[in-house]
Amino acid sequence: MANLTPELESERKRILKIAKDCGLDCFETIFELITYDQISQIASYGGFPVRYPHWKFGMEYEQLSKSYEYGLSKIYEMVINTDPCYAYLMEGNSMMDQKLVMAHVYGHCDFFKNNIWFSKTNRKMMDQMANHATRVRRYIDRIGYEEVEKFIDTCLSLENLIDRHSILNGLPKMNEAKPAPARNEQFMFKVEKSYMKNYINPPDKVADQKQKHFEREALKPEFPSEPVRDILSFLIHYAPLEDWQQDILTIIRDESYYFAPQGMTKTLNEGWASYWHSHMMTRHILNDSEIIDFADHHSGTMFMQMGGYNPYKVGIELFRDIEERWNKGQFGREWEQCDDVRERKNWDKKTNLGREKIFEVRKIYNDVTFIDEYLSEDFCVRNKMFVYKLNKETNQFEVDTRDFKAIKAQLLFQMTNFGQPIIKIENANFENRGELLLHHVHEGLDLQPNYMDATMQNMYKIWKRPINLVTLMDSEPQLFRYDGAEYTRHSLADDKKAEGPEQREFPKS
Amino acid sequence: MAIREDQSRFKSIIKGKVRDDFKRYVTNGEMIGRREDEFVKIPIPRIDIPTFRYGPKQNEQGVGQGDGEKGDGQGQPGPGKGEAGDQPGEHMIEVEISMDELAEILGEKLELPKIQPKGAKNILTEKNKYTGIAPVGPEGLRKFKQTYKKALARYISSGIYNPQDPAIIPIRRDYQYRTVKKTQMPYTKAVVIYMMDVSGSMGDEQKEIVRLESFWINTWLKKHYKGLETRFIIHDASAKEVDEDTFFKTSESGGTLISSAYKLCQQMIQTEYASSEWNIYPFHFSDGDNWSGEDTRLCLTLLREFFLPHVNVFSYGQVESKYGSGQFLKDLQKEFGTDDRLTLSQIEGRDKILGSIKDFLGKGK
Repeated sequence: MANLTPELESERKRILKIAKDCGLDCFETIFELITYDQISQIASYGGFPVRYPHWKFGMEYEQLSKSYEYGLSKIYEMVINTDPCYAYLMEGNSMMDQKLVMAHVYGHCDFFKNNIWFSKTNRKMMDQMANHATRVRRYIDRIGYEEVEKFIDTCLSLENLIDRHSILNGLPKMNEAKPAPARNEQFMFKVEKSYMKNYINPPDKVADQKQKHFEREALKPEFPSEPVRDILSFLIHYAPLEDWQQDILTIIRDESYYFAPQGMTKTLNEGWASYWHSHMMTRHILNDSEIIDFADHHSGTMFMQMGGYNPYKVGIELFRDIEERWNKGQFGREWEQCDDVRERKNWDKKTNLGREKIFEVRKIYNDVTFIDEYLSEDFCVRNKMFVYKLNKETNQFEVDTRDFKAIKAQLLFQMTNFGQPIIKIENANFENRGELLLHHVHEGLDLQPNYMDATMQNMYKIWKRPINLVTLMDSEPQLFRYDGAEYTRHSLADDKKAEGPEQREFPKS
Repeated sequence: MAIREDQSRFKSIIKGKVRDDFKRYVTNGEMIGRREDEFVKIPIPRIDIPTFRYGPKQNEQGVGQGDGEKGDGQGQPGPGKGEAGDQPGEHMIEVEISMDELAEILGEKLELPKIQPKGAKNILTEKNKYTGIAPVGPEGLRKFKQTYKKALARYISSGIYNPQDPAIIPIRRDYQYRTVKKTQMPYTKAVVIYMMDVSGSMGDEQKEIVRLESFWINTWLKKHYKGLETRFIIHDASAKEVDEDTFFKTSESGGTLISSAYKLCQQMIQTEYASSEWNIYPFHFSDGDNWSGEDTRLCLTLLREFFLPHVNVFSYGQVESKYGSGQFLKDLQKEFGTDDRLTLSQIEGRDKILGSIKDFLGKGK
């Protein structure tokens, strides 16, 4: 067992017992007591003690340790989704804080173990990450630090291009045939002596072959046959990469998929853990002298700042609301159809299904479905929720509306694809030139132009053929193109069918 | 630990950025304001890895909670978001760069030669180092390890050491303390004396240029001389010594007698900085206007007879100003030609600061 002090260890046992009595079902959880420096370090690595070498972890560390030293922020808790679960306590926190963290951590552990979106994650990720690190270090030894680092930079630029919805089925597999990228070498015989080249492979013959090839290709169905969301996987399979590059891209993709469920269940997960720490602390754990500190800490965590969305707050309130509604029977057709305010207010059928219901919710929902299903009008009114907007004249956030539909639409919008733009590969042989055509499914927000530009350049480094992207920019459908040297844009405004990109001649500018 | 490796990699990337963008930092005063003893703090944009992501409109609306009617203000956007634009990553991070590293970058950028201190090897100073051991001393300096060894030796030699019960209890005469040991260290002493013309014709921009330039000169000299002293003299028709703050802030009016500053400087050197022990670097900044030809002649005499034989190098920087005639520089050129004990530099504007630093320090003296 870990290095907890006897006092902490006995508290841990007590809290674990309480958690079990509450019905929480966790992996074995190992707590480590570590210093702030160690915690900043591990936090910079996303919770894992060993990661592949990269400066971005150094940057995180620089920021975390500085902001702790300056007293700006403090990491209380960190818990890793593995089996056994690892969780870290910071040395020097007060006893109350440690107890709070432990209770909170058991909430997360239960969630990791039981939420369906986590069911396919690798529970031995600690080892996997260490493996990744070893592999990357081996490439560094072989190929050189700079080059490997440069390639990792490129991969990280594409790391969010995965199919988040596929994680319920395990990692998706590619099963399409490899396309034939049209290259001159493909139509040539291998020539040992360079002076023989033009005799064995007469240039006109090669050109002729190539032309025929294109004609054949044009008859073939488009590739890929349907749009691909898992762009990383597509690139791993079809981009002209060297073995080591392929492996590194695979590493980045694996880690990206590992972290994806955590991004998809932030509200649910934090809400769940907060619900349980609050429940356990106030009912079973705290002693009288700690109650004020607890209230202070708890309310600090739950505070929702203007301009910021606090998943802890929304999550815990929704869980409490669900519990109460299901305890009182406020669900189902009869409830929905009841218009009488007084009747609704006093509605209590003593169904007592609340506890059971919240356990069900933590099992099968993610943030989007959670909000969609359980954010009710009553809830919004009771919690005084509103949509705010930035008033450009005063540079102030202002309350825009308290309309329930608007609030819900706004929340769901923020969570569409879990905050990531939806990008698909439409065509990998665009214009019959082996170019990549991407389609950004516009959800009401434009892409950040300069980042888009840089990301396309990075994708070019991997695909090695021009990258095209169709998106709506400033309310106008446009095609952006990076061909390895130049970055251009063409308006598609006159094309009525610009919604779905298709093969056509774009005017050259 | 692996994180140290990543951290130092990150830092070297940052330094690379500072290096690439060095010119901007040289001509930009904000960095000097953030100077601490050993470090300067340079704000640079956080390095972001580009990804496809939503544009800044995302931050403009959201869901909140609390009281208030439609249209009620709810506070301002947090810092760091900035204007919507196409500049990446407005998040700033502060990097600390030590003066030494800064000097190194400067040296590298300008290809500055190492300074050869003059006559320094002969001067030895005594320095106290806590490397000695003594049986008496303050408790705070007690050395546990030595004390234990001594006690252990006593136990063993007197035969009372018991391996089954290895407790060692030191007595008074076992106690050992750290103590001062005198060591001889070669020592190079250097002083920089900045002189500046603060007559009416030197405007704020001119002074800012002098300020930036002297900051960089100091940085470079500090790297070569541990205990660098700096003195400041301002002058119009008469000269006086001031502290650093005043030096850069004062503005006076009236005529200009350059010789007044030179005389004060001479006096300073004669009384405090014997040229056999000290490396002396007088810098004089002015817009080149002197009151009379007679005064200029006096200056030239002072330079020839006192300064040039006694100092490492005498530097004169002429800052372009609307009112200055720039005559003094010409006079110096005419008189001394290519004497390499005198460095002349003309600074037309901020852009020329780097070149001028190179003029001053490029000789390696």
